[in-house]
Amino acid sequence: MTDHSDRTLRYSIALVSGAALAYEILLMRLFSIIQWHHFAYMIISLTLLGYGASGTFLALGWGKRWMRFRFAYPLHLTLFGLSAILCYGIAQRIPFNPQELLWNPGQWLNLLLVYLLLVLPFFFAANGIGLALAHYTKQIGRIYAADLMGAGLGSIGVVLLLFGVFPDTALRIIALLGIGAAALGCLALRLKPRRWLAPLIVAAGLPLLLPHSWTDPAISPYKGLSQTLRVPGARIIEQHSSPLGLVSIVASPVTPLRHAPGLSLNAVSEPPAQLGLFTDADGMTVITRWQGDRSELAYLDMMTSALPYHLHPAGDVLILGAGPGAEVLQARYHQARSIDAVELNPQIVRLIQRSYAEFAGNIYHDERTWVHVKDARGFLAGSARRYDLIQMALLDSFGASSAGLYALSENYLYTVEALQTYLRHLNPDGYLAMTRWIGMPPRDNLKLFATAVAALKRSGLDHPERQLALIRGWQTGTLIVKNGSFTNKEIAALKKFSRERSFDTAYYPGIEETEVNRFNRMQRPYFYRAAQALLAGNRAADFLQQYKFNLQPATDDRPYFSHFFKWEALAEILALRGQGGTSLLESGYLVLIATLAQAILASIILILLPLWFIRSRAGESRQAVSRWRVFVYFMALGLAFLFIEIAFIQKFILFLHHPLYALTIVLSALLIFSGLGSAYSQRLQTILGNHRTLIGAVLGLTGISLIYLVSLGPLFQASMGLPDRVRIAIAIVLVAPVGFFMGIPFPLALSVLGRQAPSLIPWAWGINGCASVVSAILATLFAIQFGFNALVLLALALYGVAALSFPDNRGEQIRRKEA
Amino acid sequence: MKSKILLQATMPLLLAILFAFVAAAQEADQYRQAREQLVRAIEADVRATSLYLDKEQLNPRVLDAMRKVPRHEFVPQEQLSAAYENRPLPIGYGQTISQPYIVAIMTDLLKLDADDRVLEVGTGSAYQAAILAELVDRVYSVEIIEPLGVQAGKRLQRLEYANVQTRVGDGYYGWEEQAPFDAIIVTAASSHIPPPLLKQLKPGGRMIIPVGSRFLAQQLVLITKDQDERSITQQIMPVRFVPLTGTH
Repeated sequence: MTDHSDRTLRYSIALVSGAALAYEILLMRLFSIIQWHHFAYMIISLTLLGYGASGTFLALGWGKRWMRFRFAYPLHLTLFGLSAILCYGIAQRIPFNPQELLWNPGQWLNLLLVYLLLVLPFFFAANGIGLALAHYTKQIGRIYAADLMGAGLGSIGVVLLLFGVFPDTALRIIALLGIGAAALGCLALRLKPRRWLAPLIVAAGLPLLLPHSWTDPAISPYKGLSQTLRVPGARIIEQHSSPLGLVSIVASPVTPLRHAPGLSLNAVSEPPAQLGLFTDADGMTVITRWQGDRSELAYLDMMTSALPYHLHPAGDVLILGAGPGAEVLQARYHQARSIDAVELNPQIVRLIQRSYAEFAGNIYHDERTWVHVKDARGFLAGSARRYDLIQMALLDSFGASSAGLYALSENYLYTVEALQTYLRHLNPDGYLAMTRWIGMPPRDNLKLFATAVAALKRSGLDHPERQLALIRGWQTGTLIVKNGSFTNKEIAALKKFSRERSFDTAYYPGIEETEVNRFNRMQRPYFYRAAQALLAGNRAADFLQQYKFNLQPATDDRPYFSHFFKWEALAEILALRGQGGTSLLESGYLVLIATLAQAILASIILILLPLWFIRSRAGESRQAVSRWRVFVYFMALGLAFLFIEIAFIQKFILFLHHPLYALTIVLSALLIFSGLGSAYSQRLQTILGNHRTLIGAVLGLTGISLIYLVSLGPLFQASMGLPDRVRIAIAIVLVAPVGFFMGIPFPLALSVLGRQAPSLIPWAWGINGCASVVSAILATLFAIQFGFNALVLLALALYGVAALSFPDNRGEQIRRKEA
Repeated sequence: MKSKILLQATMPLLLAILFAFVAAAQEADQYRQAREQLVRAIEADVRATSLYLDKEQLNPRVLDAMRKVPRHEFVPQEQLSAAYENRPLPIGYGQTISQPYIVAIMTDLLKLDADDRVLEVGTGSAYQAAILAELVDRVYSVEIIEPLGVQAGKRLQRLEYANVQTRVGDGYYGWEEQAPFDAIIVTAASSHIPPPLLKQLKPGGRMIIPVGSRFLAQQLVLITKDQDERSITQQIMPVRFVPLTGTH
């Protein structure tokens, strides 16, 4: 092959690898729209088993005629392109309903079908790359580099693409990229155009001509958007898509939406006209029509979140998670002096500032209101301002919240460190007010209470009991943390506010048990007793241990606020399954466990077992390379690579002020620099030899990671206020050396296999694929339990294991010589 | 001779009728048995959750109603085989027919008398309305999804539930002309308890709302209105689960 065609082939590999990674991120997006986020996670992580299965397939077909590179490579790339769109189209037609999984065994079959269909595209893409690695054994470093760099560019590319087009269009583009990669492959292999051009043009016709009904997201009928659209006259009037979510605006002219969660039973007025705003077809918030008449907003005073305005006249207010503006309206109703509204999603802000500005009463154009499109923590890091009230909106939907669907999502808004930050931004005697849904049994509000106690103590305040107040209605609860002690006047105002609205007081300094659980009765005064226990110093630990849900405060290192699951309670909950006890299951966490179990099982049955029994081919000495070493080495690498990747993405979320930026920048920088490391590995190998190169890479990675573990915190703290561009540049510079070292070990060992036992290459490829799948799930489970710092240490230990089990025959040779 | 020929000719027909009759009787018997089993399952669940319900068993009248109402008539054809399983079933339009156990305890919590007037918001399949119809004088049911509401109305007519009146429309304002009600049951999703509905509840009346997803009721919210028109809510978890044990 000439240099030119070599390069073209690498472009082709980079393209298919990028398209496959883009497809993975896109499927996550699509399934978050048609199903729920955590099931999206489950489905996508398992479909990556396609990579593992490809190892088995290639090993089985080793040396067979139909596996000839010139024929098989373009074919598999084309099949990737075609299956990417077709399999998704069929999969979303399967009537899979995750909510019925516990009741209806037939739903498991549907789930299995969805898996099988979505495994296929990844299987074909992996076949293409695996074939190239096995075919060009002397260029493994470069081919792997193309694979990694392609993936890195793919991850940025798809995020940019999703800013411009709807997910279903992105799906067509990705399918075309797959077919484009096949065409590049044909060019690189110098195949005669008459043999491939016409078939590829026909193949390209499919993504171009497939009807929209196949690719438009078929949203579950049980999601909020579908349910609202059943109301006569309700229709979508506007829709915007971005990587942050699909935003749909719904008008319901016949039957008003009347969205007012947590409204007091004593309310007499109803909300004005509203437009529904759905993100990913669920979690409705509303744009409320307002024409300047304050009395129209009276209903906003009948919610638990209005409490702080009754304790002290409203001054400067900060609203975190402002969304379409319900809390801003509430602040306006209470005549706040100034309002800073912080919202993460620019699309939502744009809608309120432009398309619906007039409808919404120009609330985001008001001279007293400043809107900031930022993440809450990032905004506060860059601001020195102090407020009289920091109000945290009800950020997630009740349904998802109570079903434990957020258990897996990291949330930096409710960690101990976050609350400390909020407190630092309060004026003396200012309030931090946080409203959450009341779930049964009580969870959210109690955990938030425990978090507030921890934050106050950590800030050196010895009497948290004087600074906290908690009230609740039947639907929502509001916790207030005051920057100072509550006065008698404030307590009297709190009691009056609650009594007039039939809300219950659950805690304030000096509360008695006779004053609680009067209007919204629970079996026992859970809130009051929990608050007392959490404030009782030595009793708090016992309480946390005895409570059947996890109420331990979340921290920045373990930012899983919504993780309430405790293993101790599982047996009891499962025993109650038939009696509606399933509602107690924190489904997010259990789905993760189920996914891990399925991934391990599928890996063993489908990939590892068959591969283990595949005999070495004639001409290769069976002792050439120890299979155990190959297994341990590639397993350790597969696990460790993703552990580091996931841990660093997390570490940068706070620094880059946005999970999406963190994901895109860290992931793509890591992959691209790993690609460079891989490309460079061949040269290092020639100069230093295998072992020294490997040990150098592992030591380099360990050194840098350890330095980062200690110094990233202070470094981030110091540079948090810098402009976006500078912080992004810093992030890339920080990630670069980590990526470079991580890119070396895999091609190093693969090239050794290429020389000594090429038939094991597909096996190594398959093991690595399986490990990556298991790794992604394991990383989250591990981080929930032990935190991200521990995850990095575990990854480094795994790199150490890999260094010790490098699969070449040197050890064997030494042993033989000694014998 | 003629009568013999006639007998021969009509024999297959007679046999067919006989078979059909026997088969129908068998089927009816089968369903009756299934309902009896369902009631036993509900009774067992109630005993297990007695702590939260404050009672060991439900009102026998409620259980009799559960024994009587043919749930298989209220589920779509494709769900027929699961009609008497103690679980919620999809009925189309993104709606479900509730788990019989939840239907039973919600009905029981309303403490109905035979001469009560009950309003239901969210007719769905009309199964709940039929259960109510077995227990009270008049039932009024509103459904917002037109095809469901129309279907439910026809179904109730066919099954001769003459004391249920259905209407297609928005349930937020209840049923002004028929108000006030002794009990109200709200199964349609709403972000809050509609104030007009509370108004239509008689002093001393009870309102029940299941809260959660379509397939899982996380909690039941029971609202009681005292003689002074003050409303008190009670949050009831329909399972036996104490989040905190030990000293509390």
